[in-house]
Amino acid sequence: MLQLKKLTKNYKTGDQALKSIDLEVPKGQVLALIGPSGAGKSTLIRCVNRLVEPTSGEAMLDDVDLAKLGSGALRKARREMGMIFQEYALVERLTVMENVLSGRLGYVGFWRSFLRRYPQSDVDEAFRLLDRVGLLHMADKRADELSGGQRQRVGICRALIQNPKLLLVDEPTASLDPKTSRQIMRLITELCRERGLAAIINIHDVALAQMFVPRVVGLRFGEIVFDGPPDGLTPEKLTEIYGEEDWEATIEKIEDDDADIEAAE
Amino acid sequence: MSDIRLDDKLGTAWRKPHFVKNPTLRWTLIAGFVAYMIAAFMTIEVDWGRVYEGLDRGWAFVLAFTSPDFTSRASDIWEGLLESIVMTVAASVVGILISIPIGLGAARNIAPLPVYVLCRGIVAISRALQEIIVAILLVAIFGFGPLAGFLTLSFATIGFLSKLLAEDIEAMDRVQAEAIKASGARWTQWINYGVQPQVMPRLVGLSMYRIDINFRESAILGLVGAGGIGATLNTAFDRYEYDTAAAILILIIGIVMALEYLSGIIRAKVQ
Amino acid sequence: MPVREQNGTQIWHRRTGRESLVRWFGWLLGVAVFVYCWQIISASTTWFFVWDAPRIANDIWTRATPPKWEYVTQLGRPIWDTLNIATLGTLIALCLAVPVAFLAARNTTPSGLFIRPIALLIIVSTRSINSLIWALLLIAIIGPGVFAGVVAIAIRSIGFCAKLLYEAIEEIDQSQVEAIAATGASRWQVMAYGIVPQIMPAFAGIAVFRWDINIRESTVLGLVGAGGIGLQLSASLNVLAWPQVSLILLVILLAVVISEWVSAKIRGAII
Repeated sequence: MLQLKKLTKNYKTGDQALKSIDLEVPKGQVLALIGPSGAGKSTLIRCVNRLVEPTSGEAMLDDVDLAKLGSGALRKARREMGMIFQEYALVERLTVMENVLSGRLGYVGFWRSFLRRYPQSDVDEAFRLLDRVGLLHMADKRADELSGGQRQRVGICRALIQNPKLLLVDEPTASLDPKTSRQIMRLITELCRERGLAAIINIHDVALAQMFVPRVVGLRFGEIVFDGPPDGLTPEKLTEIYGEEDWEATIEKIEDDDADIEAAE
Repeated sequence: MSDIRLDDKLGTAWRKPHFVKNPTLRWTLIAGFVAYMIAAFMTIEVDWGRVYEGLDRGWAFVLAFTSPDFTSRASDIWEGLLESIVMTVAASVVGILISIPIGLGAARNIAPLPVYVLCRGIVAISRALQEIIVAILLVAIFGFGPLAGFLTLSFATIGFLSKLLAEDIEAMDRVQAEAIKASGARWTQWINYGVQPQVMPRLVGLSMYRIDINFRESAILGLVGAGGIGATLNTAFDRYEYDTAAAILILIIGIVMALEYLSGIIRAKVQ
Repeated sequence: MPVREQNGTQIWHRRTGRESLVRWFGWLLGVAVFVYCWQIISASTTWFFVWDAPRIANDIWTRATPPKWEYVTQLGRPIWDTLNIATLGTLIALCLAVPVAFLAARNTTPSGLFIRPIALLIIVSTRSINSLIWALLLIAIIGPGVFAGVVAIAIRSIGFCAKLLYEAIEEIDQSQVEAIAATGASRWQVMAYGIVPQIMPAFAGIAVFRWDINIRESTVLGLVGAGGIGLQLSASLNVLAWPQVSLILLVILLAVVISEWVSAKIRGAII
């Protein structure tokens, strides 16, 4: 469904963030993108919805080349791609409900959105989503009154109310504690399964990625160096992605964690 | 938490919660504002005929900016400008020098209570009285000329700078100052080593900002006879010499821009 | 840290010889400039009046006290005009400052090369010129009265408000803007949802802050004929009616204190 062909990004500073990336994400597949800081994970997903302009290459969403769209068509295309951010990126001074409804901005006209007169179907869908993530009672709270995990749930609702085909998820757990991180990852993967969404999840926590996704892509210096199932991540592969370290402990820890979770549930 | 059920919410309209929650208070505020606006507009007497006539003159003034006349009153402009600059420099120097001890005295964490009250009193008086009113009184007392303007600006500088300096000292890092005190420094040494380094960059920045303000204010003191470019400007307006007025305004804007640029450089350097 | 050898022992100096020479020269230059400025001021001062100042001050004080309390009945309308000048002027300025600020902020300007410099020029030129000068100019153009005062205050405040506002816009959290853009929102929607909520507190603070300043400034606009309580002040000064002057000054002081209190209250409520 999403197909990146020779996608390249050079920053003005001369840094080559992406070196001719080829990647295909079929419909409904959840994929984790791992790699060290500065490997180009964030740039990659931002090139897909063009928050960052790619230098060259193609990004095909179904039959549309996202990289070549004009601004009007780009807005239409962005509606198909929900994005979830690292620091939640909620508009803090707006209410939870406004934040969720802001996901519909691509569908409603300016004055409607300015006067907060959303169609009833949008409002109902917002209530449904908030109920799904357990935040219905918070609908009229201001976003900055929420805890980190709650904010990220609102961020998820905002992405889903767009009714997207694809979720772009940028470090969803980087600002959360370990328990909340898992809850959020579980929520995202569950919702993707429920709705048949494809997702690209940037994540630096390898253990967490292995726990929840069927496919892992490793990025290093703007190049794909690993692409396969999570159990294919051997210490050698991790060394190739991240550099020399003692990886046995990380891999063992995953097993322990799994055991913990099973015990807890 | 669980008393809000999804089924109750579905199909109900959603409205953004109002900023003022109490509806009575909200409507009172809105009605009060509308009533005030109506009353205000009703009582403003605008002579639209006069305004319409003025449009030509306004346009003439705008045009004057394209051909400012620096030459025909060059000596008046130069004298007035020099006087403004001189007042600015002298008043800034004196004002900054006086505002440092007063600023120290107005900081609660380093001054004893009686000194604090006295200094805060001076600051409050200086801030409450506007430059132009002070200038009127000083002109009445000292006679026309730049001395009154110089005193006015010095007085205003004290109120501005002392207050901000005192606030800065009150917000400083206690630990650094205590470390100096712990080494057995006497009060003056303590100020010099414990307090001064912390507040110096901001003091320099604020002083530059105040010089800028002083220059802008010096341009109006001439209206009440306290010296500076204001008198020349006033005359130019009275005679409808828009090209000369435009020249003076351009000079003022230019100097203010230069001062802002300079203060930007100096602030970047000390911080 | 320069350390020099002298008679076999190492001596630490804070600065190198060259540095201290430059500093010393700088101070010398500063003192020379100040002395020069002082001489110019001194030359255009009639020192006889200055020596006579204590007597004159005393004289004015005895004439001005007690204030002519019954005159207060005639000040109702001027105070109302003053309030209107400040409030309407601030409202107009805010309406104009918002677009200017968006054009001037680096992250929202449509063109950094052409439009931003124009917006910055509007900001610096309206800001550098005091509202009294704007009032003088407007009186020459549209005639004396409250309306000239409103417009003068409005023009003077555009630059001030737009400068603070564009700095606030440049400091917003860009990720919130990105998030809104990622939903497929249009340019105006990104502004309404991503930027405006973030600058609302700054905007409200600036509005109240400037209103407070404008109350002060509008009290003296009457001195040049632009309406408000300054007209009465000017008239009383012209006939040397000191008891009226002292009453007006008290009223102005009260107005300033009240407006400062109100603005502090509102700012406290917003933040």
